[in-house]
Amino acid sequence: MTDVATAAALGKSQVVGRSLWGDAWARLRANKAAMFSLFYLVLMAVACIVGPWLVPHSYTTIYQDYVRTPPSLEAYPKAEMIETALGDAVRRMRADVKDWRQEDERIFVTLTSSREIDDRNTRYLDRSDTFDDARLESKSADGTEAVMSASIKQQYFFFGTDNTGRDLLSRTLMAGRISLAIGLLAGVTAVVIGVIYGATAGFSGGRTDEIMMRIVDVLYSLPFIFFVIMLVVFFGRNFVLMFLAVGAVLWLDMARIVRGQALSIRRQEYVQAAEALGVPRGGILFRHVVPNLLGPVVIYMTLLVPQVIILESFLSFLGLGVQEPMTSWGVLIAAGAQNIGSANWLLIFPAVFLVSTLFALNFLGDGLRHALDPKDR
Amino acid sequence: MLLYVLRRLLTAIPTMFVIVTVAFFLIRVAPGGPFNQERGLQPAIKANLEAQFGLNDPLWLQYLNYMNNLLHGNFGPSYNLPDFTVGELFANGLPVSIQLGSMALVLALLVGGALGIVAALNQNRAADYAVIAMATAGSTIPTFVIAPLIQLLFGLTWMLLPIGGWGGGAFVNKIGPVITLSLPQIAIVARLMRGSMIEALRAHHIRTARALGLSDWSVIVKHALRGAVLPIVSYAGPAAAALLTGSIIVETIFAIPGVGRYFVDAALNRDYTLVMGTVVVIALFTIAFNLIVDILYAVVDPRVRYD
Repeated sequence: MTDVATAAALGKSQVVGRSLWGDAWARLRANKAAMFSLFYLVLMAVACIVGPWLVPHSYTTIYQDYVRTPPSLEAYPKAEMIETALGDAVRRMRADVKDWRQEDERIFVTLTSSREIDDRNTRYLDRSDTFDDARLESKSADGTEAVMSASIKQQYFFFGTDNTGRDLLSRTLMAGRISLAIGLLAGVTAVVIGVIYGATAGFSGGRTDEIMMRIVDVLYSLPFIFFVIMLVVFFGRNFVLMFLAVGAVLWLDMARIVRGQALSIRRQEYVQAAEALGVPRGGILFRHVVPNLLGPVVIYMTLLVPQVIILESFLSFLGLGVQEPMTSWGVLIAAGAQNIGSANWLLIFPAVFLVSTLFALNFLGDGLRHALDPKDR
Repeated sequence: MLLYVLRRLLTAIPTMFVIVTVAFFLIRVAPGGPFNQERGLQPAIKANLEAQFGLNDPLWLQYLNYMNNLLHGNFGPSYNLPDFTVGELFANGLPVSIQLGSMALVLALLVGGALGIVAALNQNRAADYAVIAMATAGSTIPTFVIAPLIQLLFGLTWMLLPIGGWGGGAFVNKIGPVITLSLPQIAIVARLMRGSMIEALRAHHIRTARALGLSDWSVIVKHALRGAVLPIVSYAGPAAAALLTGSIIVETIFAIPGVGRYFVDAALNRDYTLVMGTVVVIALFTIAFNLIVDILYAVVDPRVRYD
């Protein structure tokens, strides 16, 4: 390293150095797993942000005709479901199906009833999730027999539906929005508190450092989950407040890492050299210390985000986190775990989304660690 | 050494004191109380209950009473499970959690350690990559995903294991929970072992041992492993404390009557004594295992001395 530097200095004095970040980016780009993960995460974020608007179903809409419908790439309703839905709608009219047939996209049903059939009864067909555009075709003279027609409403449930008949695809995407947002929110909170606290302790040194770190030790020795539950108790179920609070619990590691870094950077030769050259304290701080702190902070942040997402899922799994009808991956997985016997897609889809995101975050974190560590060449 | 242990035990007392005090006041500051149920008790009944448990006394008096009882080994009654004292709840549940936790810990150390050594010996070859992939998967997939998947595959699809329940401690009932508990630990232990083993194999004394013509087995097990096992020892302490005090996820999903659920349930119901009991038990386990780790350190590494 020194040889190269001196050789370059002797040869041409105009060597353009690569900045820490430029160098890191170049090395990250060479790492296929990390780049793929980055791409995947961007894709996931875009899907979760934009997706809920593109999916034709809202994440709260309940389709009573489609409770626990298995996932399928083909349109619903399936042939056998039409009859059931028709039967349900006609029963609500207090009439009986005498006969029905399907012509292309429309069904024609002949009804009989002991009383006169009201024309407005077509609304029962419209109200069903299976039919649309219902019309009265003809009616017998005494009004006890009528022919109605309705078009079949084609719907897609690529991920199936849940226990109350809500589309799982839109719910999974919406859940991703919440989970990712919480991960970032709490992650940033933890990093900000941790960096400020750790850097203060590391730079002040001496007694201040001692006291500040003892406080961290005490907080550390209290069971972590106890803290989180206390926060849930205090902040109620308002999730923004709660996850700011969760972020405020996770700063302990960050504070320790930053303090350790700050302490060791302060003793580095280049900092001593800068001091000897008369560089002011602020100059040393921004020119030498902060850039060297950023590496570990960025790495820790990529580890923190999946940690927060897991924590959020864990809390939601226990019923303490996000509340219905709002949803998160943890809420969906909890519901899936309760229905594994009858509807395993409720577990599988959210679990695949959550786990793949966590994987991508991990690989990206590893890639960043390699890219930002100057000793690892 | 004995002096060191004594000193550590003495320093544990103020630590415990601080933890118990902080926890006591934290849970008391939280809004609500043990008898504020949704349905609501008759005010007179509630007042009587609160008087019976001394909840109307000034907080400092309650604190002194609690500390006094605690020093006499009395954890007090549970407010929400009135048939039991907190001591009884732990006497019933702790053995269950400890059984599962210790089995998971042993499994994690053996399997994780073996995988880590295999990976280190085959660095940058197929076996290594397989272990790394497994370790990444194990530490990334959350327990609350693994547990239902195990139920789905082994319980429902292949009908090999019971879906849940304790079954009086039958072995088949423990397989699912133990595997769920140990998988993330296996992943972490394998990763740690791989790293430290690679480092240990580069050491000078290993090169000397190889040069002297010792067998591979002897070099690895007798000489390299001893140095490589240190990070695992320091990891195993806190991990053991966490495993033995029960896991809420595993115990809830597999319907295991352990102590893992008490903490969350008690905190949510403001069952003050049960919360405090759980804090004390977890803190005791943590302190004990940290001490054991430090003693083991001196046993494994002769350079570490406590004088």
